[in-house]
Amino acid sequence: MLDLVSRALDTASQQGAAYADTRVVERRAESITVRNQNVEGLTADESLGFGVRVIVDGYWGFAGSYRMTLEEADRVAAKAVAIARASARAGGPQVDIGPPEVHVDAYRTPFRTDPFAVSLDDKIALLLRVNEAMMKVKSIVMAESNVYYQREKKTFGSSEGSFIEQDLVETGCGIGATAVDEGEVQQRSYPNSVGRHQGTEGWEFVERWDLAGNAPRVADEAAALLTAKPCPVGVTTVILDGSQLALQVHESCGHAVELDRVLGTEAAYAGTSFLTTDKLGNFRYGSDAVNLTADATIPGGLGTFGYDDEGVLAQSTPLVSSGLFVGYLTSRETAASLGQHSNGAMRAHDFNRIPLIRMTNVSLEPGEWTLADLITATDDGIYMETNRSWSIDQRRLNFQFGTELAREIKNGKLGDLVKNATYAGMTPQFWGSCDAVCNRDHRVVWGTPNCGKGQPEQIAHTGHGAAPARFRNVQVGLMK
Amino acid sequence: MLPGETQLKDFADRVLAMSQAEQTEVLLFSSHSALTRFANSYIHQNVEDTSVEVSVRAVTGKKIGVAGTNMLSDESLRAVVERAATLAAHQRENEDFQSLPAPQPVSRVDAWVQRTAAFGPDDRARVVAAICDAARNAKVTAAGAFRTSASEVAVANSLGVFAYHRETNADINTTMMSADSSGYAAHLSMDVNDIDGPTLAAAAIDKCLRSANPVSLEPGVYDVILEDYAASDILDYLAYLGFGAQPYQEKRSFMSGRLGEKIVGENVTIWDDGLSPEMIPMPFDFEGVPKRRVELITNGVANGVVYDSYYGGKEGKPSTGHALPAGATYGPLPSNLFLKAGDTATDDMLASIERGIWVSRFWYTRPVHPLKVIVTGMTRDGTFLIEKGKITAPIKNLRFTQSYIDALNQVEMISRQTRLMPGMIGVSRVPSLKVKSWNFSGATEF
Repeated sequence: MLDLVSRALDTASQQGAAYADTRVVERRAESITVRNQNVEGLTADESLGFGVRVIVDGYWGFAGSYRMTLEEADRVAAKAVAIARASARAGGPQVDIGPPEVHVDAYRTPFRTDPFAVSLDDKIALLLRVNEAMMKVKSIVMAESNVYYQREKKTFGSSEGSFIEQDLVETGCGIGATAVDEGEVQQRSYPNSVGRHQGTEGWEFVERWDLAGNAPRVADEAAALLTAKPCPVGVTTVILDGSQLALQVHESCGHAVELDRVLGTEAAYAGTSFLTTDKLGNFRYGSDAVNLTADATIPGGLGTFGYDDEGVLAQSTPLVSSGLFVGYLTSRETAASLGQHSNGAMRAHDFNRIPLIRMTNVSLEPGEWTLADLITATDDGIYMETNRSWSIDQRRLNFQFGTELAREIKNGKLGDLVKNATYAGMTPQFWGSCDAVCNRDHRVVWGTPNCGKGQPEQIAHTGHGAAPARFRNVQVGLMK
Repeated sequence: MLPGETQLKDFADRVLAMSQAEQTEVLLFSSHSALTRFANSYIHQNVEDTSVEVSVRAVTGKKIGVAGTNMLSDESLRAVVERAATLAAHQRENEDFQSLPAPQPVSRVDAWVQRTAAFGPDDRARVVAAICDAARNAKVTAAGAFRTSASEVAVANSLGVFAYHRETNADINTTMMSADSSGYAAHLSMDVNDIDGPTLAAAAIDKCLRSANPVSLEPGVYDVILEDYAASDILDYLAYLGFGAQPYQEKRSFMSGRLGEKIVGENVTIWDDGLSPEMIPMPFDFEGVPKRRVELITNGVANGVVYDSYYGGKEGKPSTGHALPAGATYGPLPSNLFLKAGDTATDDMLASIERGIWVSRFWYTRPVHPLKVIVTGMTRDGTFLIEKGKITAPIKNLRFTQSYIDALNQVEMISRQTRLMPGMIGVSRVPSLKVKSWNFSGATEF
């Protein structure tokens, strides 16, 4: 790899690049999906390629290829330079990426059991067993169980002298049951919805989440939801479970603090952000109970790594401190525009994509409550669990989310099951109404393996630590 | 430079010859894609990549394994063939699987324009620079993306299937922004000569300037005009949630058990046609089965769903040519959708509304209730109040929560003109719609 990286950097420099970096990415992934007792998806994929990113005369260019030869390194580097020269045609400010970043290092995901080494037969048997348990429940028309694991070897070199090798492992799993009856469809998922929960761990991740032990409950709940009460319409107190709260953090904080969005460079697609630079350090984002952090060093978090794809060391950054908005997720270029140093949030989907500012592990820091005490201390409200739908405006203000399951809270106790639960609000008002966050014992770093951004679209894997929390005066029940 | 049909055929033959499985399928993708992205009226991202993917499906009895790679050495290809066979060996028998498809004649359709394939970074930058200049002249800010691509797909299997297709795409969008407003315009074509940067810029600037100084409007139920950009979302979700055989067979689709019934208004007809010259055509699916035209909803009546060989086999029906690549677990999906045009001019739609809302575009739409196709999302890039047949004020963006099935029961007018749009899967051609009683459930600050 070193030869190819060096050759691409040399060629880029000879062609006129003031800065160049090259990433080689080798990825191996396997996925097993069992649907209704059939192993419908059993795939093993691998890919290898490299991308060259350059700054020429103050403008960016990038090219990538799957052909791993020195001749191709020359061609791709020259192409990136030509593209950068074309970028200058529309004018605009010249790129400043701040002071040099030089690291020569290696990073490896710590894990106990290599997921690729676990017997395929054992994996399939687990998923079939789980599937069978869900299919036993009447009204279940679709049961799905899956595992996914990947290993990514990244080599990064820059014209500033960095050379970083990373060996990153991820493992994920999920189950879901769908029940249908009389014009109603209900779904339950575990540990999380939208396919699976995932972390930078080995097979121990799947073992810890005990899919088999939870399958009957998941199917029972899906069936029970068919005849549950509809979500009431009105304004009430809401307690969100950790997984739903993780998505709330992802959508209303994580994306809102991406400094590229704030500076307008995602405006035509993902949008901008209400957290404009004039608000930094003086805007009340939430209540005193709200502390949000971006931390790429949390063991096992899906947004955990050694260095980002600009070669910046993984780190922890406060975003909201006792309700006050204090920090962004940054790249070298965007940080320099604020006179800051990058906090290492640039990641690319693959070798043939440029890095963008992506969430690392953006988390709500735990509070003091136990969930049992929090429910006991809530006279009237709704407890909501596991995301079912999510939508938010392009400045990350107005949102509407739905959950798979909800329960009434009456006089400090969980009550009847509620279906089709939705809630909506405006981001600062919603976080401003947060008056309690559960403690560290309830906290999980939830993995979101499907975060889309950019053109061409890139999918990032992000993590979100969250424990259940309570919100007052929330609008619920918005389904027509 | 893409490999071309002869090389891909040789390549597929080599892979098939390496396999010892009872049946083997090889799927090859090759692409050269470039995208110039602009924001704040200058180019800030400019990328290009050359990619290839090889996917092998090995079948032993009723056991199936799928493996993929982008490494093309004989050693890598042998390894991927062996990996697919190994996966198949560990599989369980899938009694519903019958066979890989047998060969069928596939029509040749022309979706290739050489000048699009040859379009370079300087060419794209010239178009983008014109858009940015127009923005500066109008004292607004331009953002957007201009993508050109050339791609090939080939499918072969050990039963004798070989199908090859190549296509080019030119896809541009721009959003013009002022301090409190925005406007959007986009164009998709096989031919990059159809991309007219100044005209697109003018349309987006016009919308941006007209939507400045928006006023707040109470959410509620309003008659709406959905521009084609917005109406395409309805087709996307109908396709994703209900037009495929998988949700249909699992009773998760609004079509389940209702074929032959009127499910939407009589003025609504929807079909899928991968061979139509009004599309970016694609003559076969990812199993190499020729695409058939499928009448999905005809004059409001649920007529059919799309199949691949697996889900077709479960009902004893032939594939309609809508398979996704092997390994995907969503089942077959339509990818060349049409919503039948009407006979109304957009101005006449506007004139017919006493009080309502003009929606330019939707954003971040998500299903809230899949069976009822209830979807929530935001308006974006130009939302206007209509009073007495005229646009009287720009309004701040609104959130809607609306059943798309209910909406298609309340379509009062359909435009003559249609637009080719990128869909959730593939592309679609859609008109603008006048819909009665659309439910807006919330509002935002801008």
